[in-house]
Amino acid sequence: MSDAIEIVVNAKVLRVEPGVTVASALLNNDHHVFRRSTTGEVRAPVCGMGICYECRVTINDVAHQRACMVTVEHGMRVDTGSAA
Amino acid sequence: MNGARRSDAIVVGAGIVGAACAAALARDGWRVTILERSFASSGTTSVGMGHLVVMDDSPEQLALTKYSLRQWRELTPTLDRRAELDACGTLWVAEDESQLAALRAKRDLYATADVATEVLDPRALSEAEPHLRRDLAGALRVTNDSVVYPPGATLGLLDDARKHGAVLRDGIGVEAIVPNGVRLASEVLRADIVVNATGPWAPRLTPALPITPRKGHLAITDRYPTFCRHQIVELGYLTSAHVMTSESVAFNIQPRSTGQVLIGSSRELVGWDAQINREILRRMLQRASHFMPRLGDLSVIRCWTGFRPATPDKLPLIGRWDPIPGLWIAAGHEGLGITTSLGTAQLLADQIAGRVPEIDPAPFSPMRALAAVHS
Amino acid sequence: MSKTRQVVVIGGGPAGIAAASAAAESGARVTMIDEGPAPGGQIWRPAVHSHPPLAAQRWIVRLNATQADVLRSTSVVDIERRNDRFVVVAESSGNGREVVADAIVLATGARERFLPFPGWTLPNVVGVGGAQALAKNGVSFRGKRIVIAGSGPLLLPVAAYLARGGAKVLAVAEQAPLANVARFAASLWRRPRTLAQAIGLRSAFARTRFSTGTWVAGARGDSTVKEVTLTDGRSTRTLACDVLCAAFGLVPNTELARLLACDVVGGAVRTDDAQMTTIAAVYCCGEPTGIGGVDLALVEGEIAGFAAAGVGPSEHLAARRAVHRREAASLERAFALRPELLSLAGAETIVCRCEDVRWGAIDQRWSARQAKLYTRLGMGACQGRVCGAALECLLGWPADSVRVPTQPARSRTLIGVSLANHQPNEQGAS
Ligand SMILES: Cc1cc2nc3c(=O)[nH]c(=O)nc-3n(C[C@H](O)[C@H](O)[C@H](O)COP(=O)(O)OP(=O)(O)OC[C@H]3O[C@@H](n4cnc5c(N)ncnc54)[C@H](O)[C@@H]3O)c2cc1C
Ligand SMILES: Cc1cc2nc3c(=O)[nH]c(=O)nc-3n(C[C@H](O)[C@H](O)[C@H](O)COP(=O)(O)OP(=O)(O)OC[C@H]3O[C@@H](n4cnc5c(N)ncnc54)[C@H](O)[C@@H]3O)c2cc1C
Ligand code: FES
Repeated sequence: MSDAIEIVVNAKVLRVEPGVTVASALLNNDHHVFRRSTTGEVRAPVCGMGICYECRVTINDVAHQRACMVTVEHGMRVDTGSAA
Repeated sequence: MNGARRSDAIVVGAGIVGAACAAALARDGWRVTILERSFASSGTTSVGMGHLVVMDDSPEQLALTKYSLRQWRELTPTLDRRAELDACGTLWVAEDESQLAALRAKRDLYATADVATEVLDPRALSEAEPHLRRDLAGALRVTNDSVVYPPGATLGLLDDARKHGAVLRDGIGVEAIVPNGVRLASEVLRADIVVNATGPWAPRLTPALPITPRKGHLAITDRYPTFCRHQIVELGYLTSAHVMTSESVAFNIQPRSTGQVLIGSSRELVGWDAQINREILRRMLQRASHFMPRLGDLSVIRCWTGFRPATPDKLPLIGRWDPIPGLWIAAGHEGLGITTSLGTAQLLADQIAGRVPEIDPAPFSPMRALAAVHS
Repeated sequence: MSKTRQVVVIGGGPAGIAAASAAAESGARVTMIDEGPAPGGQIWRPAVHSHPPLAAQRWIVRLNATQADVLRSTSVVDIERRNDRFVVVAESSGNGREVVADAIVLATGARERFLPFPGWTLPNVVGVGGAQALAKNGVSFRGKRIVIAGSGPLLLPVAAYLARGGAKVLAVAEQAPLANVARFAASLWRRPRTLAQAIGLRSAFARTRFSTGTWVAGARGDSTVKEVTLTDGRSTRTLACDVLCAAFGLVPNTELARLLACDVVGGAVRTDDAQMTTIAAVYCCGEPTGIGGVDLALVEGEIAGFAAAGVGPSEHLAARRAVHRREAASLERAFALRPELLSLAGAETIVCRCEDVRWGAIDQRWSARQAKLYTRLGMGACQGRVCGAALECLLGWPADSVRVPTQPARSRTLIGVSLANHQPNEQGAS
């Protein structure tokens, strides 16, 4: 991955392929905690197309964004696992 | 009632007011039947904000809301999870010096009424609510105000009523109220007393009641558990609620126990048109983000409207309706019916039982409607 | 200044691309708005770093040859009627914008139907088309053991797609009985293009076990799914896996149509010969008018695009539409859902994923609105897009009412810029 870019996931730097969605970047790094459900279950993408809202994460401090609909950008901060 | 035949009461409407009345009457030993045309809490109760708040538009309003809040506190230990009770308090915020003066007057009034408050200077205010704009003049915290989820609280009250023998018959609409009874589609039910607790629809069963639907918009966000901690209301809300102009918006925001933020509020007199008015919605959200600039980033997941049962003098109609034998009214609570449901029920039950109520019932008598017409 | 018609096409799948092209070629000023990073919709979704599929390219070339404006990664969250026109409110990267239109073409496609079963909320339990969409957007399933269990014509192509990407597809389970699937396969003979597609796929997953009349009974796991149990109603088998794809056909996306008060019958938007809905100047094409696949979406899109631009109907297109509609109807019959699927959820199974409402919390005598108010069912961020479609099957509950915003939007977007004082012509697709 010579052309990899860096994003910061939960304060840890992750090298990811450019052009992919945030959901892909997380899943490809075996990161399965996207959000916590109202009773504390771990949730991760289901529909892959913006319908189910299970993939919600905080991107650059803006909460509740669909990771499957946002493309990674160098320096992007992603925070996962918050109650949503 | 010593094993003698218990008297029958019919409560029409299973909103929070009907539910509270049914519980109070059932506790007094009445054999209560609640008739609800749709399902419990299907009306105004399901679309309101659930702010339990002391309000002082008039001395009577102050008396009833204060009395009701005390009952909510007494009820608290018995409320279950469904009620989502959150004792978050209210912050009344002042934008400038003149509002600050009004705020102090409010504090003094509440002090004489024994309502606990605390004045916050701008610095204390930003500590209490960091997302409020920084240039506000100050705020008054009303400590014991709370928030509930109205449908959940209503279900709790209905359970209480049932425990004392009340029966809820839902899906049954009352077509007319007759002396000592009600007429349904295919039968007439008899009862010693009937309570019209049908909120904004009360005039359909008792046409002389001066109740008009006063529309309100609300918007709810996704979960932002730290966005605000109090129900925050601009001081101008009182004016917005008081003046029966054709439309007004005011900043009124509520933290839900789910972590969501409920944003209000608007008032319009447009009959029963339930459509969302985008211009009002815009102004309402704009007003809210004027006070909380970060609000623009919050994700709104749903908006809706509801109809407050409004009366010309801003007081609910609670008491005997002389023209129809056996009929009592508990309706017209405008934007305070969640709060005042408990006080209403007690006031009504006391009068029905011939007890002396704790607060003066006279200003709430529905008979004032007829007096107004005749004078 | 002569007044050109402004047409806003919502959705950039096959139907939207065809509509935008046809409308722009007919002289309208067109804006096509799509949520995805590039046009293509579901079937033509381009994979990261690669071109759209061959079938799509001809259409994309045609679109690119027009003056149509394409707004990518932009979600429409409201359409407001103002006098004789529409104001389309959209959001992109958290910023709102408004586009004025004389006519609207709704080409919002379909989503998958998910049904609750024990374990369906575990990470790595995904949709069938969902897995494909994730893969195209960069998820690698290489080396992953995958079970696909659901229904519909998507199962095999997705299995093949994932297998080509290096996944080990262990099993494909179609809930419909063999007889139905065979009838559907037979109908493929009359459609050479689709047949070629199907044959091309088979070699890619030769070792995969394909069973009909088989469905998922439950999944287990810890931090992710670890095993799935399949059943044919008589016996069960449990497979260890890394990913489970489970979806049961498609559901039209009709939210915007319902917001505009268009008639929706049986889940599909009603349209006339010109693809116009029951609301004047609002057209609809592709999956929202009923699940019909890409060929029908293209024809309907063209018809809608021409009509929205004010061009009369073409008999040739109408004839093709009729053929594809017959095919769509046979597809729907072949993959009808079996009743066993409606009782997979146990009392503890979550039905509403946004609010964690469990099946046991729902009283079946309630109305949908009652359940919502009493349990928070459908109150969450997806606004019932997932549980609503499931409960429509499970309990026959009708879809909830639709309001602005049709999907979560920043309050900033809803505040917007008031267009009240703008001249009718100065707002546009810029
Ligand atoms: C936007 C908005 C915000 C609000 N915010 C607050 C707040 O923060 N705090 C607060 O205290 N209050 C608030 N309110 C006010 C509060 O919601 C109402 O005052 C209260 O819900 C009224 O309750 P009710 O039981 O009288 O009426 P409803 O809840 O409307 O109940 C009347 C019931 O009668 C039934 N019915 C009607 N006709 C018949 C018939 N013929 N036969 C049988 N049944 C019938 C209806 O189906 C309904 O269930 C708000 C209201 C709105 C609209
Ligand atoms: C995951 C999936 C995979 C599929 N794979 C195949 C296949 O392999 N073969 C096949 O024949 N059929 C497949 N289908 C069926 C497919 O729906 C149709 O064949 C075809 O894509 C329909 O075209 P369309 O234009 O109607 O809808 P779509 O292709 O679904 O396009 C709709 C577009 O509208 C956008 N949109 C929706 N709402 C909004 C909004 N509010 N704002 C902005 N944009 C919006 C969506 O993001 C999407 O890009 C698949 C369907 C799905 C769901
Ligand atoms: S995976 Fe469903 S919305 Fe992102």
